[in-house]
Amino acid sequence: MTAGRSGRISLPAMIWLILGEWRTQPVRVATAAIAIAVGVALGFGVHLINASALTEFSRAIAAVNGDADLQVASVSPAGFDEALYPRLARIAGVAGASPVVQLTAALPGDSQGLTLIGLDIFRAAGVTPGLLGQPDPAPQGAAGGGSGFGDAGAVFDEMAVFLSPSLRQAIEGGPGGRAAGARGAVLSLSAAGRTVPVTVAGTLPGVAEGRRIAVMDIAAAQWRFGQLGRLQRVDLKLAAGADRDAVEAAIARILPPEAELVTRESQSRRSDSLSRAYRVNLNMLALMALLTGGFLVFSAQSLSVARRRSQFALLRVLGTRRDALLIQVLIEGAVVGAVGALMGLGLGVLLADTALRLLGGDLGGGYFGGGQPVLVFAPVAAVVFFGLGLLCAVGGSLLPAREASRAQPAVALKNAGDAVDPSARPAIAPALALLLAGGVCAFGPAIGGLPILGYAAMALLLAGGVTAMPWLARALLSPLQGVRFAAPSTELAVRRLWGAPSQAAVALCGIVASTSLMIAMAVMVSSFRGSVDDWLGQVLPDDLYMRFAEPSQADGLDPAGQARLAATPGVAAVTFTRSLPLRLSPETPSVALVAQPIRREDPGARLPMIGAPRPIPAGATPVWLSEPAAWIHRKRAGDWMTLPVSGGQRVFVAGLWRDYARQNGAVVLTSEDYSRLTGDPLRAEASIALKPGADIAAVTAGLKAALPPDLAARAQFARPGEIRAIALGLFDRSFAITYVLELVAILVGLAGVAATVSAQTLARTKEFGMLRHIGVRRRQIVAMLAQEGALLGAVGVAAGLTLGLVMSQVLIHVINPQSFHWTMETRLPWVVFVVVTAALISASAGAALLAGRRALSMDAVRAVREDW
Amino acid sequence: MRRLLRTAGLLLAAVLLAAASGDGRVAPVYAPVTAGAPLTFPRDHGAHPAFRTEWWYVTGWVQGADGKPMGFQVTFFRTRPDVDQANPSAFAARQVLFAHAALADPAVGRLLHDQRVARAGFGLAEASETDGRVVIDDWSISRGGDDRWRTRAGGADFAMDLTFAPTQPPLLQGQAGFSRKGPAAGQASYYYSLPQMAVSGTVTRNGKARKVTGRAWLDREWSSTLLDPAAVGWDWAGINLPDGAALTAFQVRDAAGKPVWAGGSWRRADGRLTTLGPDDVTFQALRRWRSPRTRALYPVEQAITVRLPEGERTLTLKPLFDDQELDSRAGGGPVYWEGAVSDGAARGYLELTGYFEKLSL
Repeated sequence: MTAGRSGRISLPAMIWLILGEWRTQPVRVATAAIAIAVGVALGFGVHLINASALTEFSRAIAAVNGDADLQVASVSPAGFDEALYPRLARIAGVAGASPVVQLTAALPGDSQGLTLIGLDIFRAAGVTPGLLGQPDPAPQGAAGGGSGFGDAGAVFDEMAVFLSPSLRQAIEGGPGGRAAGARGAVLSLSAAGRTVPVTVAGTLPGVAEGRRIAVMDIAAAQWRFGQLGRLQRVDLKLAAGADRDAVEAAIARILPPEAELVTRESQSRRSDSLSRAYRVNLNMLALMALLTGGFLVFSAQSLSVARRRSQFALLRVLGTRRDALLIQVLIEGAVVGAVGALMGLGLGVLLADTALRLLGGDLGGGYFGGGQPVLVFAPVAAVVFFGLGLLCAVGGSLLPAREASRAQPAVALKNAGDAVDPSARPAIAPALALLLAGGVCAFGPAIGGLPILGYAAMALLLAGGVTAMPWLARALLSPLQGVRFAAPSTELAVRRLWGAPSQAAVALCGIVASTSLMIAMAVMVSSFRGSVDDWLGQVLPDDLYMRFAEPSQADGLDPAGQARLAATPGVAAVTFTRSLPLRLSPETPSVALVAQPIRREDPGARLPMIGAPRPIPAGATPVWLSEPAAWIHRKRAGDWMTLPVSGGQRVFVAGLWRDYARQNGAVVLTSEDYSRLTGDPLRAEASIALKPGADIAAVTAGLKAALPPDLAARAQFARPGEIRAIALGLFDRSFAITYVLELVAILVGLAGVAATVSAQTLARTKEFGMLRHIGVRRRQIVAMLAQEGALLGAVGVAAGLTLGLVMSQVLIHVINPQSFHWTMETRLPWVVFVVVTAALISASAGAALLAGRRALSMDAVRAVREDW
Repeated sequence: MRRLLRTAGLLLAAVLLAAASGDGRVAPVYAPVTAGAPLTFPRDHGAHPAFRTEWWYVTGWVQGADGKPMGFQVTFFRTRPDVDQANPSAFAARQVLFAHAALADPAVGRLLHDQRVARAGFGLAEASETDGRVVIDDWSISRGGDDRWRTRAGGADFAMDLTFAPTQPPLLQGQAGFSRKGPAAGQASYYYSLPQMAVSGTVTRNGKARKVTGRAWLDREWSSTLLDPAAVGWDWAGINLPDGAALTAFQVRDAAGKPVWAGGSWRRADGRLTTLGPDDVTFQALRRWRSPRTRALYPVEQAITVRLPEGERTLTLKPLFDDQELDSRAGGGPVYWEGAVSDGAARGYLELTGYFEKLSL
């Protein structure tokens, strides 16, 4: 170990120093690295999962869309007038236009659903060749085909369908076996409320693996599925060298309200906005975890620097320059950060892979339906998250490094104790400034639809809370100052903590950070869950519910069928509902247009209203918006808005209601208005009130019997309790990642506490020797340490709980409404509080106790002598 | 006579009922080709949608200012697929139109070709039933009030905008336009030709339009049952002779290459017409060429001998170049050879189908 002439530390010496330090403090270094790793892993994992899910999602869209350059799509499944098709085809710059009927369809006993596409193959050939079917070869002995001028063969077998490879595999793997998907097999396809027998003719070789698509002739699809005169899509191919903007402008001029221009960009923006809030929130949580890691590095490095004061002093005396020491400590931090971040990247890939397999691309959030995403590695994101991990570790080492470089060699060589003067009052002003800034940020608006300021508020509050720790520790312990304790050990413990608050703060900042984050999340989740639970009670007032198996859009009950259900013995009343996806703007996800049997004057009977409903102007069509719909589309009760149905309809926003089911919003119409505006008389859901004393099983059987056979097979009945259980199960599933995060945060916090406390205790060997000299017994010192630990833990819990509660309010009242557009009432998870309190206090007490035992095993006399 | 009509009516009703039976599907009833129905113009220049298939077939030789000859072919087809006639959808494929265009430039050595296909409807693809006018998107063929025909067709490699002025009255093939195509009574088509049309217009290559002039031949044919079941394809030639005479010759071949049927016509410059029967036409392959792409073997050089009242006449047709094979499978069509051929100053087109696989119509 030599300081070169330059005053720098040579590389071998540096490595030697670092390794030596780590050998003595393996747990603490490991904890810090793990904390960084966890933060990086979570952030990177969430990013990977989402990138994979988005890739999957856009692949799914691309599969259904073929490879059209541009697309005009209907804003709802009701479609638009087919007269638009020739007008689009004639626009200059459009080389090809392919009209498409697109329906959500289902096969018997299949809950996944499929996309049924009706194509004019002649038009599709030039625009979306990927959607063309390939007929299966004719069986041996059948009449030879040959080719000819105008012999189109199976193309005009109107009932022929071509199946995507995955759909075909699924059918062949079903109860019907291989024969069910073979050429000529008849499938019972349900869509738009009709069930039609179709014949398997071949495969769609251009459709990617994992997609469930069936293609048939457009004319047959229009006729058999009640879509005469309607199209859901026109795919467009641009002429070579066409001015895309000019073509888009020309299209925009002729589009009716029921249709919109969809480009790859707007589509990816929409799929991005689907999960953006969810994704950003998870990423923010990951950053918070990273921040916690940074605090843990700070703890570890502070203690390490404090312990090595004399070592550093010696280095200074030997000629090492100040900045060399600074760099030495920073490099130590950077190495911890790099190791942690590398582990984190690996862990992140593992996490993403596992989560994708177990939970799907939306982590159970329900944003993306359909296929299983394949993990997509993101090199840029990997570099970014590695950098963030490194930055946190270096940032956490900065203060300790400065402290190490500032030490006066002469003093430091002698004195190895707490260099802080006990009589100095810890400063509170910086902490207050941070907390105040956090408070201000919390009242800021969303930026770009994201609660950026809300998260800034949380980070500032966290930093403020941690900075306030020395002051807070002393403030909390001050009341104990005047108290005379019976046991000297208690007296010693209190005085020591009071006198060395900055050391306490170093030990505490990790705990406070992790505890407060954990508590904030726990409060938010419990508030959310409680509100959802209450809401479920409000929206499920009846005795029995009926719906059709997914995809529910494929089925519907006509008015005659509705009347039959209502007339079933034992049924007191049935209310029918229906919902239809409707896009209000090209870049936002579809809202649900919902038919509810509401009386205009009393919407509260069926909807959990927020605020008083507005009086409806005479002649106006009222709609009631769910909270997210109102947020996303910036409407308030009393506003007017236009629905893109029936050529565009002006409607009156008569009130807002609470809805946790549809994150992208729901627009409720009365049942009559819905049928009038959409022309859709079908209903897909029923809530049934029973006559007093009616047997629910018998009524269910009666209702099943009253349904047409193909619908009866797909009808599902559930009692409110069951639905509630399913809904809460879904809720828990979507918050599964949050629960994992909480658990990790608390484990890291506990490990950090244990490592820090034990390190601090071990560093005090000389102090213990001194105490032993003046007659304090070994048992008393151990008791003192345990009490010190417990007190430390208690201070940490108190600070963490308080900070956590404040941050939870930011989550509940700022971040959630801004990102998910719904509000909730605070509910406190008392059990979590108790468990966390007990765990933290016992962990710090236990760690102090164990470390104390070890420290005391050294000979007291030698310990003291060594000091001088 | 009245009884006969009533019987026919009953038969028709029975056919309709049979077609509508089963799952309620209503199959199309194709109009039969019968002898003795006179062709009238301009009505018969237009489409006959009741029949299964129909075409407007222009072939010819053109040359630009450099005097180098090129062949061209522009064909519009109409077909009536077997779809449920009850389907009220505007997309129901009651009529499907398609078109091929090919340019035979010896400097290129193979055909430049493109195609269009669409179901009739929405004004994007339609065939007039009153006069010669077929449109598929940006391609068209139409007869103007001055009796001149104009066609526009093309793709990425080439484009044609050609006008054809008739120099002679329509040539009615067979018995006044009723042309038998096989030994059975029903195997026939309505068939007339417009030979010796004067061509003017532009051919665009590589973005450069060149003025061209030349001679063309328009074939019009429609039918419901054209081919004998034993037939695999046919050879056809339409040749404009320099003196204004026109030779039409065709033979329908079986799998062994033997003629199932043959026919044609010889119209002299003064308009005197000789209709040729199965015994009056012989095709003799002089040289064959194998397509490197499809391995099909085409008799690209043929001697066609016709028996006329004044004696036998033989034309020895040589192709402008060998590789004039047209693979239209991408558009649902067949693989065939459609080439510019000549015997000295007698120029025309030779069509060879069914050499790759059996042709069905």
